[in-house]
Amino acid sequence: MTQFRSLVDTRAPLYQQNFASMHAVVEDLKVQVGSTNGGGGDAARAKHRARGKLLARERINALLDPGSPFLELSQLAALGMYDNEVPSAGIVTGIGRVNGVECLVVANDATVKGGTYYPETVKKHLRAQEIARENRLPCLYLVDSGGAFLPKQDEVFPDREHFGRIFYNQATMSGLGIPQLAVVMGSCTAGGAYVPAMSDESVIVRNQGTIFLGGPPLVKAATGEIVSAEDLGGADVHSRKSGVTDHYARNDAHALEIARRMVANLNHSKRPTLEIAAVEPPVYAAEELYGIVPTDLRKPYDVREVIARVVDGSRFQEFKALYGTTLITGFSHLFGYPVGIIANNGILFSESALKGAHFIELCCQRGIPLVFLQNITGFMVGSKYEAGGIAKDGAKLVTAVACAKVPKFTVIIGGSFGAGNYGMCGRAYGPRFLWTWPNARISVMGGEQAAAVLAQVRKDNFELQGKHWPPADEEKFKAPIRDQYEAQGHPYYATARLWDDGIIDPTDTRNVLGLGISAALNAPIEQTPFGVFRM
Amino acid sequence: MFEKILIANRGEIACRIIKTARRLGIKTVAIYSAADANALHVRAADEAIAIGPAPSSQSYLAGDKILAAAAATGAQAIHPGYGFLSENSEFAEACAKAGVVFIGPGVDAIRIMGSKSEAKALMSGHAVPLVPGYYGSDQSTAGLTSAAHEVGLPLLIKATAGGGGRGMRVVRDFAEFAAALASAQREALSAVGDSAVLLERYIENPRHIEVQVFGDTQGNIVHLFERDCSLQRRHQKMVEEAPAILLSDDQRKQLFNAALQAARAVNYVGAGTVEFIIDKAGAVYFIEMNTRLQVEHPVTERITGLDLVEWQLRVASGETLPLRQSDIRCEGHAVEVRVYAEDPAHDFLPGIGQLVHLRLPHETESVRVDSGVVSGDSVTPYYDAMIAKVITDGANRAEALQRMRHALAATEIVGVATNIDYLQNILAHEGYLAGGCDTHFVEDACGELLPRETPVPFEAWVLLAFHALTEIAARAQLSAAPESPWAKLIGFRLNTSLSFEFSWKYQNAVTSVEIHQVAAGWEARSGNARLFVSAFEVVGGVLQLASTESRLTGTIVTTAREQHLFYAGTHTRVQPFDPLHSGEDLEEAVDKLVAPMPGAITAVLVKVGDKVSRGTPLLVLEAMKIEHTINAPFDGIVSEIRLSVGEQVLAEGVELIKLEAALESNENQANG
Repeated sequence: MTQFRSLVDTRAPLYQQNFASMHAVVEDLKVQVGSTNGGGGDAARAKHRARGKLLARERINALLDPGSPFLELSQLAALGMYDNEVPSAGIVTGIGRVNGVECLVVANDATVKGGTYYPETVKKHLRAQEIARENRLPCLYLVDSGGAFLPKQDEVFPDREHFGRIFYNQATMSGLGIPQLAVVMGSCTAGGAYVPAMSDESVIVRNQGTIFLGGPPLVKAATGEIVSAEDLGGADVHSRKSGVTDHYARNDAHALEIARRMVANLNHSKRPTLEIAAVEPPVYAAEELYGIVPTDLRKPYDVREVIARVVDGSRFQEFKALYGTTLITGFSHLFGYPVGIIANNGILFSESALKGAHFIELCCQRGIPLVFLQNITGFMVGSKYEAGGIAKDGAKLVTAVACAKVPKFTVIIGGSFGAGNYGMCGRAYGPRFLWTWPNARISVMGGEQAAAVLAQVRKDNFELQGKHWPPADEEKFKAPIRDQYEAQGHPYYATARLWDDGIIDPTDTRNVLGLGISAALNAPIEQTPFGVFRM
Repeated sequence: MFEKILIANRGEIACRIIKTARRLGIKTVAIYSAADANALHVRAADEAIAIGPAPSSQSYLAGDKILAAAAATGAQAIHPGYGFLSENSEFAEACAKAGVVFIGPGVDAIRIMGSKSEAKALMSGHAVPLVPGYYGSDQSTAGLTSAAHEVGLPLLIKATAGGGGRGMRVVRDFAEFAAALASAQREALSAVGDSAVLLERYIENPRHIEVQVFGDTQGNIVHLFERDCSLQRRHQKMVEEAPAILLSDDQRKQLFNAALQAARAVNYVGAGTVEFIIDKAGAVYFIEMNTRLQVEHPVTERITGLDLVEWQLRVASGETLPLRQSDIRCEGHAVEVRVYAEDPAHDFLPGIGQLVHLRLPHETESVRVDSGVVSGDSVTPYYDAMIAKVITDGANRAEALQRMRHALAATEIVGVATNIDYLQNILAHEGYLAGGCDTHFVEDACGELLPRETPVPFEAWVLLAFHALTEIAARAQLSAAPESPWAKLIGFRLNTSLSFEFSWKYQNAVTSVEIHQVAAGWEARSGNARLFVSAFEVVGGVLQLASTESRLTGTIVTTAREQHLFYAGTHTRVQPFDPLHSGEDLEEAVDKLVAPMPGAITAVLVKVGDKVSRGTPLLVLEAMKIEHTINAPFDGIVSEIRLSVGEQVLAEGVELIKLEAALESNENQANG
């Protein structure tokens, strides 16, 4: 495979300028993550610790194999929402290795609002379960939660994708042979009681974990019985009498050790059907991505320079290099795994769309995972292109993307606008994982375009009425639209609402893709039945 | 020259003899006891014969078995090494009878020099200076008392047939003489079966200087200069050097002449050592002659450039001495230390056990290591616990000593306690560096020489921490998919970095080191100390850390309970400590003994106050026609029995018996 020859000049002023602005947004990302990882704040953490409990992230570190990576998901969920009082949406989810098995971990953070479920908490928990289901990852629930956040019961309880779906998922995943394991390290009240109860195997920490459908206040109100939480649903009750839990632990560390043993006894094996090559790091430094990719999305650059800093040995075998050149397609290896890469190098034309559809068919035929590097303003518009059938060619690409059963991975490395988002495997198209770079923007169209479209419609109205619309007024009309799009198109806005699985430092792209592909290979790669391609 | 010889010894000396024999084209036969079946000397020899069980009385001291082995293998000569049969005249005689050459002096020389009184009696007739003394046969109390007055004070009473300090008494006042004599005689009688004693003037604080001599069958006798072996502990030499410093030409001349005289007196053939003491006034006295190759012969080899084993083999095969006296030169200075498996902190208790890790100094032109063990071998209780002799030389004493300090600093031993730190303290001691120490130096300075538990420097903790990190990476590589990013991206965290914390127990305190990932490397933190590390790797078992200021290297050996760190010449033992799992066994807690179902108690097998161990049957419950025995789930004491025989248990889950966990082993259950 040919090694890419980079043309990047790291001394060029443009490179330096790009580097500085990307560095700034990455630094800001790390600041956000730093404060989010503090959970419910120093006081809440101290109180939690004083009870002899480990913090959610400490529990995860103790559960995972020493030094295991932890591919955290939806890290900045609920960022900027609820006055920023629900960092990480009060729950930590991610993938890590336990006894060599890639497992999905869901850990409530009781320092955040007692670990209660806000709408984003539910969404994050369900997204983690979706990932477990699609990739067949054993699930470990480290439970320490007061259940649904009652003031928002209408947003967390009744709907299809609400609280009840958690237990539906547990039952149906267990049915599919995806292990469901619970570690009760705090409250499991009401609906929460079903997390351990619906698990295949569970452990509870004495004098700490409690499981009951109704807590002592509810019991008192309902029947007048006065009972302590421990006597109502503590470790002794459930390990000796009720049988709701299977193992009795002395403390957090003991419980997590037992959880590790439960995983050791899963008889889990992973048999990837891919030919895995020897791993080779890229020839070019990942840090150079900062200087290559402008934060100003209007400035073009060669996306091959990005690919060269992600794939093994910077080797990339391009497919149809001379055809439909605004879409780059080709084969590479990433951490030894064969991948097909689809990356934008400009706006999508009919040829680019046809080329992309063809390439996806190849990868599905061969069982090769697909990586989308998305930076797209959309499909070409205009009468010539409409007449040329760009709609049906675009549809072919969207059909191919939608139907492809090979694991798909999307990284939004720039703009994600309009139908380009669909053609490049946006959230709705079921990529196994979707990550965003901090310089990215996502919206139905660019803020400027939206403002221009809306202004044009209004202007046409004015003109129909024979009125004049002064340019100053037009500008006053456009500004808030631009601002709205800018705010809602920002990756923080998107990630807070779980439109992605997390924002990543561009230098981590290779690492998260490698971890994600490996995780995805726990599930067999299925054959793809494509829909009708409109010819 | 011989075609094939048998080496009637083991360990380093057997290996050392094989080395020279091989160089001279002589085939070698090793013998070995059951304890030495895989020993280095067995592997080094051309042939090896099993000679009996581990105890040396049934193996390395069993002369008949050794002669049978020589006959079976067609060995023409037997080299006895040192110790074992090397100074046994009966064995030398048996060799002669069997037609095998005993590589050593004649039978008479061995016998005479083996008896202190006979040797001294002979020496007195050959102008060899002797400590004033009485070696007579009149062993009556009256006779010995009058002899004592002639010898003068201070006075030493010694068993005639003894050795190794048994039956020895120092008398500083004639009033104590009678009691000291009686006890010396008693001890001599019980130790060697002969109560005969000799009397000698006790020389206070002498130096121990010995002269290496060599004779051949043609009657030539030469000396190979002297060795200073004053550094002894209970007559065990610890540090030897050659030549002896602070000797006058005149003293040296006296020593050489006396040594040659002594050797001539017994028509000495082969390698021998004539031992002298020098008193504070500088007077030289003959002590005894050792009719064998000495442990410390390498220092003589280093200053003369000769191979004494080669000389032994040549002389034994009838050749004349390779050099005349005038051709033998002394150049430079050499030192030897004996690295022992023994614990100076516990009165030099011999160390027994496996050498889990053994790294001896690298041999160079100036550093020689004679050893008979390798990593994984064991030090057994059957034989001498010496692990190695380290010999260094230089143009002068200071150079040789500096090399020795470096060589010992590079010596790493895990599995048994050693005297390495103690030796290092000797080598660094002002008194030793000044030279001319007497034979009491080591005992007098013992307090200062004992290794102290010193605070462990931050750098050492950093090495231990990075070692733990490499272990984590190594463990990840052991997984099913070592190339997987899950195995490669150690500690990966999204948009943040994982810091690793490692803790150890040392001297009852816990020390922790955090390793943080920082730009272009790692930062180790402990308390206020910080160290930036840009790279780390393990090369040949040695951990190397690259830091901005320096490069740190160390070796870490992990045993079942401990970690041993070798860093900058120090050896530190620590216990890895996991604060999350401190003091816990990870068995699931069970603390109540309840009825598994309703039934009747048919037997109570314990009573209140009984100590029971895990698995002990406590009582029997019959239910549904089946007997259920309730066993103790852990070690403990029965504190309460709630039901008696015949009683019905009405419901499952009823507590039957109370057991208090034994405190020392099960505090976790006890507080449950």
